[in-house]
Amino acid sequence: MSRIQSTFAALAAQGRKALIPFITAGDPHPDLALPLMRALVAGGADIIELGVPFSDPMADGPTIQRASERALAHGMSLRRVLALVAEFRRENAATPVVLMGYANPVEAYGVDAFARDAHLAGVDGVLVVDYPPEECAGFAAVMKQAQIDPIFLLAPTSTEQRYEELAQIGSGYIYYVSLKGVTGSGNLDLDEVARRIPLIREKVGMPVGVGFGIRDAATAARIAAMADAVVIGSRIIEEIADGDAQAAPQRVTVFLSGVRAAMDRGTC
Amino acid sequence: MQMQDLPYNLPDAGGHFGPYGGIFVAETLMPALSELRQAYAAAQADPEFRAEFEYELKHYVGRPSPIYHARRWSSLLGGAQIFLKREDLNHTGAHKINNCIGQGLLARRMGKPRVIAETGAGQHGVATATVAARYGMECVVYMGSEDIKRQAANVYRMKLLGATVMPVESGSKTLKDALNEAMRDWVSNIGDTFYIIGTVAGPHPYPMMVRDFQSVIGEECKLQMPELVGRQPDAVIACVGGGSNAMGIFYPYIPFADVRLIGVEAAGHGLDSGKHSASLTAGRSGVLHGNRTYLLQDENGQVSETHSVSAGLDYPGVGPEHAWLKDSARAEYVTITDAEALQAFHDLCRVEGIIPALESSHALAYAAKLAPTLDRDQMLLVNLSGRGDKDMHTVAEASGIRF
Repeated sequence: MSRIQSTFAALAAQGRKALIPFITAGDPHPDLALPLMRALVAGGADIIELGVPFSDPMADGPTIQRASERALAHGMSLRRVLALVAEFRRENAATPVVLMGYANPVEAYGVDAFARDAHLAGVDGVLVVDYPPEECAGFAAVMKQAQIDPIFLLAPTSTEQRYEELAQIGSGYIYYVSLKGVTGSGNLDLDEVARRIPLIREKVGMPVGVGFGIRDAATAARIAAMADAVVIGSRIIEEIADGDAQAAPQRVTVFLSGVRAAMDRGTC
Repeated sequence: MQMQDLPYNLPDAGGHFGPYGGIFVAETLMPALSELRQAYAAAQADPEFRAEFEYELKHYVGRPSPIYHARRWSSLLGGAQIFLKREDLNHTGAHKINNCIGQGLLARRMGKPRVIAETGAGQHGVATATVAARYGMECVVYMGSEDIKRQAANVYRMKLLGATVMPVESGSKTLKDALNEAMRDWVSNIGDTFYIIGTVAGPHPYPMMVRDFQSVIGEECKLQMPELVGRQPDAVIACVGGGSNAMGIFYPYIPFADVRLIGVEAAGHGLDSGKHSASLTAGRSGVLHGNRTYLLQDENGQVSETHSVSAGLDYPGVGPEHAWLKDSARAEYVTITDAEALQAFHDLCRVEGIIPALESSHALAYAAKLAPTLDRDQMLLVNLSGRGDKDMHTVAEASGIRF
């Protein structure tokens, strides 16, 4: 059983839902990346989504764009992200790490080399935002071969035929994008989420996480009541950016603990 | 009359030109692209749509644009005869309007009241704003804040035409970032918004659709050259940034095996300087803006900042069909520096009384290099894709003159 599968299985046994925070690796500074990952775990993260910075993050709103720019300005690269995961793995063998980013840095690295090095570093899943299933059957197979889950997005506008395609090609979990827009925007439709999740879960046979637009503990708790996981990104990056950088890990732990408590209260 | 003997039927159903093209976007955009593909296929099959497109090109744009034999320049160069396809005479002064009419009509047919566009120098923004005014649509143009500073006249032009110009502050604050921002707008406003992409790049069906709308250029040439000189040209030459004017004139000539197709990229300060925009010549395969193509990028796969004296060529990617034409050797791609382009700009002004766009000046400069190596009965057809009025400030500055 993969680290992602066993995480979801253990949570299910406790009747709890997964909390998946997202940070951009290397934001605000590469030296803070490992302390921030520790802070996420301390705040109650079950899985960490680690953003691989890219010069042209087309699907991201301003918050994650800026985070990407800050990380790149400090020389962050896919190679350094893998080194960061390896370092994290030396002290944490339990928390799954999912890399989230865009196709070009992965292709520049080389898909086979990336699969090998990501596996060695202890990466558990990969979500390439601009690889829809039509374009990446080969990539997904290479990832699975390297025991890395290829994770895919579903949108409110996705067809049911899409659910079935993802059941074939994806593994780990499904990331349901809860709104029409980019990351961090604020038009979340909870009724739509409630309608969609049971159907998706049934068709894809994987846990379903919900993200894009979740900004507070109360919304997280309501999403947790419907989905298997709650993904929070832009809001955490704001927490990191807003104030003294050295104290960012502490702020993140405090914020995330509040979300964790609300989710656990809401679903226990 | 030359034979049309090369079969060509690209892209495939998924928008692929060999390994290039395709649809590399987040799931959130997939339904919008699928809606667009269906609407475009239906429009193409509808004689009324085609008739309206042709009517607009004739009566609003002023097509067909003439082909002009640059006799004096040819004789000074002392070799092949140079013919100019006069896209500079179109309404709004460049080839960009052909595509904007096509996509504007498609937007109207799809019932979208709002159009958006990205622009670098502002030419595509002006063409989009023009069409939006013509069809009574709301228009928002995304433009990098660096470009806004450099292109104040075009920004004002767009505003006169009723468009809202949105400054883009992300990334390098230029064309590629404007494209990112327009995509973000589109994904957030899919219901009422049509995204008019200005070049043969982006996710399928854009590279095919923009090529189809622009291919009116080459289709006219195919008829005009035999009328004018009794045969097709020996070579067709066009500048390539994203590559829409080049695809427009190349596409109808692809089946003519003995017509050379030559794309001219911007070498900026020189290929060795790192300050250029020659994606096909100096880039390698990558994924950007929804398609796989040749891309200027660093060793970590981050997209490079580019340079060209001509803002319209200043783009790190290139249309995927050009990537395929390069790999399949059906087209050749060469480069011209800023200095060479400026020289051709001045020569055409002085010798033929035509002020060409700096983009088109790259194609002219290569023609001026090639012509003397060929016999006097050889014929080069150059796409004069736009007029140079917009470039007055840039050219004056390069000559050390301030207004």
